[in-house]
Amino acid sequence: MSVIGTRMLRKEDPALLVGEGKYIDDIQVEGQLWMGMVRSTVAHAKIAAVDLSAALEQPGVVGAYTGADLADGYWIAPMPCAWPVTPDMHNPPHHPVAIDTARYVGDIVAVVLADSRYAAADAVEHVVVDYDELPVVATIGDAVADETLVHPDLGTNKCYTWALDPAPDATAAALDTAPHRVSATFKQQRLIPTAMEPRGVLAIPSPHGGDLTLYSSSQIPHILKVMVAATTGIPEHSIRVIAPSVGGGFGAKLNVNADEILAAALATKLGKPVRWTETRTEAAGSTTQGRGQVQHIELGADENGKLTAIRVKLEADMGAYLQLITPGVPLLGGFLYHGVYETPTFSFTCEGYFTNLTPTDAYRGAGRPEACYAIERAMDMLAAEVGVSATEIRRRNYVNGGDAFENWESPAGIVFDSGHYGPSLDAALEAVGYDELLAEQAARRTEGSRTQLGIGICTYVEICGLAPSRVLGSLGFGSGGWEHATVRMLPTGMVEVVSGSTPHGQGHETSWAMIVADKLGIDPAHVTVLHSDTAQSPLGLDTYGSRSLAVGGVAIDMALDKLVLKAKAIVAHQLEASVDDIQLEGGMLSVAGQPDTAVPIQGVGFEAFTAHNLPDGMEPNLQEAVTYDPPNFAFPFGTHVCVVEVDEDTGNTRVRDYVAVDDCGVQINPLIVEGQVHGGVVQGVAQALWEGAVYDDDANLLNPSLLDYLVPSAMEVPNITTSFTVTPSTSNQLGVKGVGEAGTIGSAAAAINAVCDALSENGVTDIEMPATPQRVWRALHAEEIGAAS
Amino acid sequence: MIPAAFDYAVAESAEHAISLLGEHGDEAKLLAGGHSLLPMMKFRLATPAVLVDVGRLDDLRYIRQENGHIAIGALTRHTELEHSDVLGDACPLLKHVASLVGDPSVRHRGTLGGTLAHSDPASDLPAAVLALGGTLVAKGPNGQREIAANDFFTGYFESVLADDEMLTEVKVPVATGGWNYQKFNRRAQDWAIVGVAVADGGAGVSLVNMGSTPLRASAVEAAIAGGASAADAAAVAAEGTNAPSDLNAEPDYREHLARVLVERALNAAGVD
Repeated sequence: MSVIGTRMLRKEDPALLVGEGKYIDDIQVEGQLWMGMVRSTVAHAKIAAVDLSAALEQPGVVGAYTGADLADGYWIAPMPCAWPVTPDMHNPPHHPVAIDTARYVGDIVAVVLADSRYAAADAVEHVVVDYDELPVVATIGDAVADETLVHPDLGTNKCYTWALDPAPDATAAALDTAPHRVSATFKQQRLIPTAMEPRGVLAIPSPHGGDLTLYSSSQIPHILKVMVAATTGIPEHSIRVIAPSVGGGFGAKLNVNADEILAAALATKLGKPVRWTETRTEAAGSTTQGRGQVQHIELGADENGKLTAIRVKLEADMGAYLQLITPGVPLLGGFLYHGVYETPTFSFTCEGYFTNLTPTDAYRGAGRPEACYAIERAMDMLAAEVGVSATEIRRRNYVNGGDAFENWESPAGIVFDSGHYGPSLDAALEAVGYDELLAEQAARRTEGSRTQLGIGICTYVEICGLAPSRVLGSLGFGSGGWEHATVRMLPTGMVEVVSGSTPHGQGHETSWAMIVADKLGIDPAHVTVLHSDTAQSPLGLDTYGSRSLAVGGVAIDMALDKLVLKAKAIVAHQLEASVDDIQLEGGMLSVAGQPDTAVPIQGVGFEAFTAHNLPDGMEPNLQEAVTYDPPNFAFPFGTHVCVVEVDEDTGNTRVRDYVAVDDCGVQINPLIVEGQVHGGVVQGVAQALWEGAVYDDDANLLNPSLLDYLVPSAMEVPNITTSFTVTPSTSNQLGVKGVGEAGTIGSAAAAINAVCDALSENGVTDIEMPATPQRVWRALHAEEIGAAS
Repeated sequence: MIPAAFDYAVAESAEHAISLLGEHGDEAKLLAGGHSLLPMMKFRLATPAVLVDVGRLDDLRYIRQENGHIAIGALTRHTELEHSDVLGDACPLLKHVASLVGDPSVRHRGTLGGTLAHSDPASDLPAAVLALGGTLVAKGPNGQREIAANDFFTGYFESVLADDEMLTEVKVPVATGGWNYQKFNRRAQDWAIVGVAVADGGAGVSLVNMGSTPLRASAVEAAIAGGASAADAAAVAAEGTNAPSDLNAEPDYREHLARVLVERALNAAGVD
């Protein structure tokens, strides 16, 4: 019986639901010291003086350090940026504690160590920092102006210029001569990732043994291990990193942070456990944020609305420093600004800029939701320009006319594994009741209703399954894109999977057990998964970019193939049959056509363990390993339709209905897939309607708490109808694509397209995210408001 | 998110709480549901030296109808208002408004006396008590006094309550005439960006988050009393207000919302 494709309940959940999860704060050790971070209260200043004396006299305080104190011997290199996107990219030194200049509100200027979290928090208040304030770069616009500099030594705020522009003249010519043109600028506001569990770290040294165990609420224990070694100088083979239960990450735990470096360095120097957990306010202003782009997009189209050219220029906000993959995030979208459409010419340029703001980095979708937003908003504008419907403009431009395709070479020079966009749109329109909605919209307008109906359509595509190592190399990325899996059958027939993928809520333990159960024909309960601990799973590249299944899961499937082959060889040897004649069915190995020869594959584990009767030269034990480097990415796609009601009197938007038709290729567990889509949709709609970090002119974050930063709750979440098409990937043997980010990719565009559709009769053509009631009201009543003031 | 050090005392009775308040002066704060005070302490916006916990004074948790009004103990939780049959029959506005405060966990902790004493102009229940023309009973070292809700709120988080007084009871009249509450916000759990309470067919109208205190919409009430239509009455909803500015709304938008919501509330309360 096939296990793949069934709606198996998650193995993880019973323990998590009864509180048996072990998150960072559940791990308490004797003698631990708490770090307290003294953070800059100004966005840009020379640190004239730091007075630690009063803090050092506070009860429970055992140490306090400035950046200058620590620079001498606590680290050997600045914090890492692993993605130099161009050879001439500027990467100014980024120390765990600022040494002479603070460059954003929240930049660490000193650290205290105390015997409790409360004592540390009290001591932080007694550190006196004397700031000589400097002018501030508070926006991308300020940065581009290049008058005030975040890093004066560089002589510019520009970090890099990266172009994917094979034929700029052809693009320009096509745009110049296009009968229909669209030119638009969109702003991707900064988002605060807001995982349910904040980040935290606990470093436990073994002063006499010389090693260090580093617990971190991280998506990337394997990468963190390398980077802690490279930054602190602690030998890599002495470091063990464990990501225990991790309560969400959304990209913000795909990083190497100052607190991790400081905990490792201080614990090693002092020989005592050192820990820290961020407050929600620290999470908001000091942990990396997402998005932060200004997008300029131009479309050219012929008389029929068929695209002739797309030109995109981005200005991307790096923040004050480069974190682990800060500069590369916008480029992950760079290959996708033509969306699901064919275009003869395509030009993409991205400029990265430093600002006096919190560093940006990956956030669910990382570059791809931004790309989807720009092209899908622009396609609605093109539809209006050409005078056709939002559906028609898409159908005229879909890759291969909306029909199925495989291995399509995109205008950006990459190969889409497979796609089939037409039926995706058909299914979404039918599920949402599109014709009825159009009739209702028209009726409301005729009746003069003050509540307008808006229907927003978005067909998205994304790049998942990061990534072929050579491609990453060509993009300057400082790592490969492979994943490792070891599968071993224990003497009792139970199976251990060792995976380099690192779950933080995705349900890997369930999905991996299902792959094993399906292949071997055994009970999923007989499978356990070891992960997220570099001592148990030494090889791995962790979880981000919707890569776990398409890379890590495939590695497991390939290791299982090897394991089955070995099991067959043992059985063939013992039955004196040819290995080619051995078949595996329902967990039983037998000689084809001789059912009486059947032996359970779970018994072969014992045979391999005792090694009493193995073929000559065969190694004992049933254990196989694969390190899989994918030959290509995978390209999930789908069509989302968002239906909103906009109250013209208050400007309020209510999401009335939401249909998501997604295609992530073959599904291992549809229950998990649906959960990922639900969460992703909410996160994308949240960008459209609720969320956004707001800074004042002095670059102070004005909404650093969940009181003011509006993460939607269950009450706001729309009814989401999910359905799926299945177009197997050609990139891997499971035919899977990835779904961790899919829901987020298209949903902000669908929501804003819906709001703009609702307001289209009122002369509103665009609205900035988040489309707050006040913003919508001002857009609707711009003339009256202007006249009254 | 980590409060400064404080002492903690459990009050055995209202009198005990008042004597503790007298002992510690303005260093002490009463702790009831804690849903306003504790977050402020975690942000270190409030650093009381002593918390006097009155949350266990169950004799101040009651809702009963007596002599044409309803008496509600100050420690009554929002959820008890929300599910009260007495209020359902005699003061449905208060029952309904209680159901819209925060989220279920807030409503299971927060108390009516606490929210009134906190005097947040953005809170729902103070505005409802104001529209209803309620009376607040405060106890202090020299006995108890009654304060009309109209006279209670003096400024942003400020009331006439003395440092050594505590609210013990809230009285609202039986009010079964046309009523409505409009709460405009972006998330269900949030404070109102603007709220409007209408009691008794428009005789009492109050505004949430339109000034430094919950406000009586006096101009609207006067217009209704003078026979104005709901639309005409709503047009003066922003008169006498001092709308704050925050990330959700600037003053002109708040004033506009007040007009829109007052008209909706009056209509829903049966005023055309």
